[in-house]
Amino acid sequence: MDRRWLPALAALAVLPWVVPSSYVVHLLVQVLLWSFIYTGWSLMGRFGLVSFGHGAFMGIGAYAVVLLWNFHGLSPWLSIPIGVALAVAVAVLIGYPCFRFGIAGHYFALVTLALTEVVRSVIVALRDTTGGSLGITPNSVLKDGVTWSVQALQFADKRVFFYIALAAWAFGIWVWHRIDKSMMRYAMEAIGSDEQAAASVGVNVTRTKLAITMISAALTALGGALFGQYQQYVNPETVAGIGVSLQIVFAVIAGGMFVRFGPTVGAVFTLLLTEGLRVGIGNKVNALDSTIYGLMLVLFIIYMPTGILGKLAEKLRRARA
Amino acid sequence: MLNVQALTKKFGGFTAVSSISFDLAEGEILGLIGPNGSGKSTTFNLIAGLYAPTAGSIRFQGREIGGLSATQVCHAGIGRTFQIPRPFRKLSVIENVTLAAYYGQAGRVSEAEARRQAADALDLIGLPHARGEGIDGLGAAALKKLEMARALATQPRLLLADESLGGLDEAEMEQAADMLRMIRRERNITIIWVEHIMGVLMRVVDRVIVLDHGEIISAGLPAEVAADPKVIEVYLGSDAAEVQEHARGRDDGARR
Repeated sequence: MDRRWLPALAALAVLPWVVPSSYVVHLLVQVLLWSFIYTGWSLMGRFGLVSFGHGAFMGIGAYAVVLLWNFHGLSPWLSIPIGVALAVAVAVLIGYPCFRFGIAGHYFALVTLALTEVVRSVIVALRDTTGGSLGITPNSVLKDGVTWSVQALQFADKRVFFYIALAAWAFGIWVWHRIDKSMMRYAMEAIGSDEQAAASVGVNVTRTKLAITMISAALTALGGALFGQYQQYVNPETVAGIGVSLQIVFAVIAGGMFVRFGPTVGAVFTLLLTEGLRVGIGNKVNALDSTIYGLMLVLFIIYMPTGILGKLAEKLRRARA
Repeated sequence: MLNVQALTKKFGGFTAVSSISFDLAEGEILGLIGPNGSGKSTTFNLIAGLYAPTAGSIRFQGREIGGLSATQVCHAGIGRTFQIPRPFRKLSVIENVTLAAYYGQAGRVSEAEARRQAADALDLIGLPHARGEGIDGLGAAALKKLEMARALATQPRLLLADESLGGLDEAEMEQAADMLRMIRRERNITIIWVEHIMGVLMRVVDRVIVLDHGEIISAGLPAEVAADPKVIEVYLGSDAAEVQEHARGRDDGARR
């Protein structure tokens, strides 16, 4: 990444020491991890590959780590790569036939939606192993005075995980940046506007789409693994279901999928919204939060399709011109 | 350079192209003409890799390319344009062409080299301005040029030009025809030119093939073909006199 970002990164790094409470640190970790996942999704989404399957990739990453730890004692340092590889393999399994046979647009969205549901159903069905819909907690090593373990990737102090999340987020932004500056972006933009024309100038459409999907799935699975590890709890609804997939799509559309920091803005926005609704309304009205999400999604798509940051960037550009 | 043998394409029960054969020599410009539905676009798309032949073969530089994908055909050294320009809307002019230079040669050139070749192609075609800008401001003629520059950037040995004159006014048509001749001269590229506007074409091409109902009904020098009674009957009709004049009037610069 550009050196200019170092001061900004440094400023972020001192945040957990200046914020008033560990609740705020918790919110920051959430924002960073979700931003990372949203950024991973946008690598595809910005080129018109709208996936509702990222809940599946996230779930695979999260569950792989917890299950391998609980049943085989495998350190997350080893199981995270396994989880990521597994998600990438599933991405290829779903992506290759789709791209090879030209399943795109709504149909691609539907196929990926089905994938999410399949993964969630499998987690629920294997309840003896996965804990089913009740979820599962990784065996904790934080007892008898132990407050941290690098090997188990478990830390009593949230601030440690803040730095892990910050590193992941910065990595996501870096990946976005690298792809944005590469010939791969040209190829994906070309495919996004006209697959036949792209093929006629030598772009291998299937391979290029598959490559971006694999990168996107890998990032999302890594995000899922870290999220499960941070929460010390995974549940099919919070890391794998259609709800997660929808949340990803909503946040990215709200923040702006065509600009580098759009997904991050989306994460801040959705977190403020969720927390605001939770504190303001609580559980008094059933499903009110989902209704508001749905309504806002429609409004964003109609009035602000480029998202908050996209719109802001447009305005700035116009003001400068 | 190109050898088409008994090429056939059926869509269900409909035979779009029926056992056509022709050869193309290096450096030649071949006009492929015919009324709507005659099979010229299908023939074009068979060579370009959009369709796989039902039967027959297409050999390019000694290698069978029938049934290869569009990407593979491009990598084999065949560039194409589209009848209606299909630019990549979110890329600038130079990015459109750089992409073609980079991927068209299957990663054999560096990014920097691709950029240089793209600039060369734009210079050759005469679209030097507005490189960094988006393509939204380009008019019909400029889009046709962009289309051509993009095809050339893939460094083809054979160029398939699909109705390069469509949507252009008289002066622009002349320029477009000159452009094809210039491309052949400067880059020694062999060209197959599919067109339904016949006058200008007749002055530029070395040879013409006329298709009707998926079959070759006439082939030869432009003047011969324009005078062929069969061609006049199915295709030229009352325009025959004008087209014949064009065919006679083709300047010698057209031939090598």
